Amino acid sequence: MKLREGNGHRRLPMLMLALIAAIGLVAAACSSTTPKSTASTATISTSTKGSITFWTWVKDMDKEVALFNKKYPNIKVNVVNAGQGSDEYKKLQTALKAGKGAPDVAQIEYQYVPTFTITNSLLDLAPYGASALQAKFVDWAWGQVAKDGKVFAIPQDTGPMGMLYRQDLFDKYGIAVPKTWDEFAAAAKTLHDKDPKVYLTDLPPNEPGAYVGLEWQAGARPFDVQKTDTVGVSLNDTAAKKVSAYWSGLVKDGTVATDPDFTDAWYQGLASGKYATWLTAAWGPLFLQGTAKATAGKWRVAPLPQWSAGEQAAGNWGGSTTAVTKQTKQPAAAAAFAMFLNSDPQSAALLNTDQSLFPATKALLNDPTFLGQKLDFYGGQTVNQTFADVSSTVVTSFQWSPFQDYVFSEFNDTVGAAFTKKGDLDAALDSWQGAVVKYAKEQGFTVP
Amino acid sequence: MASSADTLVTAPPAALPRRRKGPRRKARRGRAGYLFVAPFLLFFAAAFIAPLAYAAYTSLFRTRLVGGTVFAGLQNYREVLHDQAFRDGVLRMARFLVTQVPIMLVLAVAFALAIDSGRLWGPRFVRLSIFLPYAVPSAVAALMWGYLYGPSFGPITQLADNLGVTAPNLLSGGWMLPSIANIVTWEFVGYNMIIFYAVLRAIPAELYEAAAVDGAGPVRVAVHIKLPALRPALGLTAIFSIIGTFQLFTEPSIMHTVAPNVINRSYTPSLYAYNLAFTDQRLNYAAALSFAMGAVIVIVTAAFVLVFSRRRARS
Repeated sequence: MKLREGNGHRRLPMLMLALIAAIGLVAAACSSTTPKSTASTATISTSTKGSITFWTWVKDMDKEVALFNKKYPNIKVNVVNAGQGSDEYKKLQTALKAGKGAPDVAQIEYQYVPTFTITNSLLDLAPYGASALQAKFVDWAWGQVAKDGKVFAIPQDTGPMGMLYRQDLFDKYGIAVPKTWDEFAAAAKTLHDKDPKVYLTDLPPNEPGAYVGLEWQAGARPFDVQKTDTVGVSLNDTAAKKVSAYWSGLVKDGTVATDPDFTDAWYQGLASGKYATWLTAAWGPLFLQGTAKATAGKWRVAPLPQWSAGEQAAGNWGGSTTAVTKQTKQPAAAAAFAMFLNSDPQSAALLNTDQSLFPATKALLNDPTFLGQKLDFYGGQTVNQTFADVSSTVVTSFQWSPFQDYVFSEFNDTVGAAFTKKGDLDAALDSWQGAVVKYAKEQGFTVP
Repeated sequence: MASSADTLVTAPPAALPRRRKGPRRKARRGRAGYLFVAPFLLFFAAAFIAPLAYAAYTSLFRTRLVGGTVFAGLQNYREVLHDQAFRDGVLRMARFLVTQVPIMLVLAVAFALAIDSGRLWGPRFVRLSIFLPYAVPSAVAALMWGYLYGPSFGPITQLADNLGVTAPNLLSGGWMLPSIANIVTWEFVGYNMIIFYAVLRAIPAELYEAAAVDGAGPVRVAVHIKLPALRPALGLTAIFSIIGTFQLFTEPSIMHTVAPNVINRSYTPSLYAYNLAFTDQRLNYAAALSFAMGAVIVIVTAAFVLVFSRRRARS
């Protein structure tokens, strides 16, 4: 009788963990070579040769690669989808730790760039001419990838936040587009009172990126990293408390939904009119257009409500960069690709038109064709214009921690869990802060 | 009551035919034996002993983002003992153990007795249907049930709506553990049933004949012959279930995708170890925690075996 196999697959994780650890040891023992000094290879020319691997979860990059190969015919690019966001980072970190198996070039979101620079895993692209690209990109995006004359990644796309709303529902329930958060709260109550099945918005408890984007807008500065071994943590600063007190009220009154996003129930909620707005990033409009086809023409776009009338501030949610890992054996080729992909005007334009990414380059953000594009899904509104305007109001000085994976994962168990239970957000914010400080100290950081 | 099924767990060494004694012969016999098991031993050492030893080794260190790797001695283990998240996870699994496992095993015994009774129409079909969920990968099973449980548009909710009642949110904090218990029961009841059924088939016909001669009806036969025969197998399946329960991983990790704020990062000890290792990059601590979990399993299993065999000795 094969009894042992019975519950066998439940015990896989423990075994796998041990196995992975063992593989790591072997791999680390085999390859302790570091990439050669960059000084001698820092020149990139169109005859640069090589074969590089690129990890990205952006689909169908063939056209951009073809464009790249027109200029650099001797560099072969292997595009691999190693999972989206956190899934990719887990693999990337394991491979980096193991000493081999990491790609030459990888897609990394802004908030995770410091997580990879703290382990010294990303190649400084300044010697390859990346500093010259600074003027091409929007300031706050560049501020997230460059530090002290070093450039650790090239901005690929951005996610300044705005508000998508259902004009038909607003009309039906007699709601004006809220310009301030106070108006937003009042509208949430009106709407929910008139129809208990409809919520003005959904506050996803599993989406720290979106929530931090809202805090960003309010002026919160959760992290302050001046030196590599020192990290200031203020996840519960005054601005953060203002945001949490505000949403606490709405969540407790039940006038906003707290459904996890990007789940089946959430998609159905968007399509069925359960949520009258989606507070999202600039990549949201095209995404929504693809997922809630039946609601075409009913949506409109507006900037986020403001904390005080007349103000114009925005936060950012998501957006990615292209970085070169230190494991690369062909730093010049890899750097050439990372820079070309995002800064070549044609390639950057393709990223927008074909991959629905919201641009990070100033040229595109000022391009009349891009700005004037009318989307039928949004009743012919020039959606890009709205978000381009928002992009210029994103506050520049915003920093991420060098262990963002942990910070976001802990968010789900503290602040996110409080949304779900309609509990005390204020206390949750404090325990989030406490957990992160404890982790930072354990990791050897000085926390002032 | 001695039956052939007893051999499953505690087979008294059967009297072997006497052999000529002598050290030389013994040695040669030993060598040949090892030769036969060598392929297994090699694989066992490479795939089990070595990783385990390495994990034990790493658990004595601490790698930090600032300051690199330092020897930490038993510090990681001390920390595990005081880790509230770990304790909560173990207690949650203990609750799961004392509710889910008895329900699953009782159901499995009931199904096995029903099929063995020969009174079912299409016993083969019934047997296969109950066993079939075991063939479904647990990730797929969890995804499927996650969809069925869906609070706003899931079939269960919709059915309840049509009947005019309100279904509870099966993915909420209070219901999550029972919901997972249901998935696990669904997956493994058939597997345990097959074990019990095999034991029942192995009961010698003479016992039934003797029972019939003594005038025992089907219920008496079930209570006095079949159930005692199942005892050792019951002990065995219970042990597997204890081990399986404490290592619960796939189901909660899939349910995390549909209820991300109910299943937290330390919902089960295995999930916690995974998150520590791959989200927090704290491999050393994860290794120590895994060993602590192993110790918990050993203790609980040993306690179970002790109680189970004592009861058995008494009866």
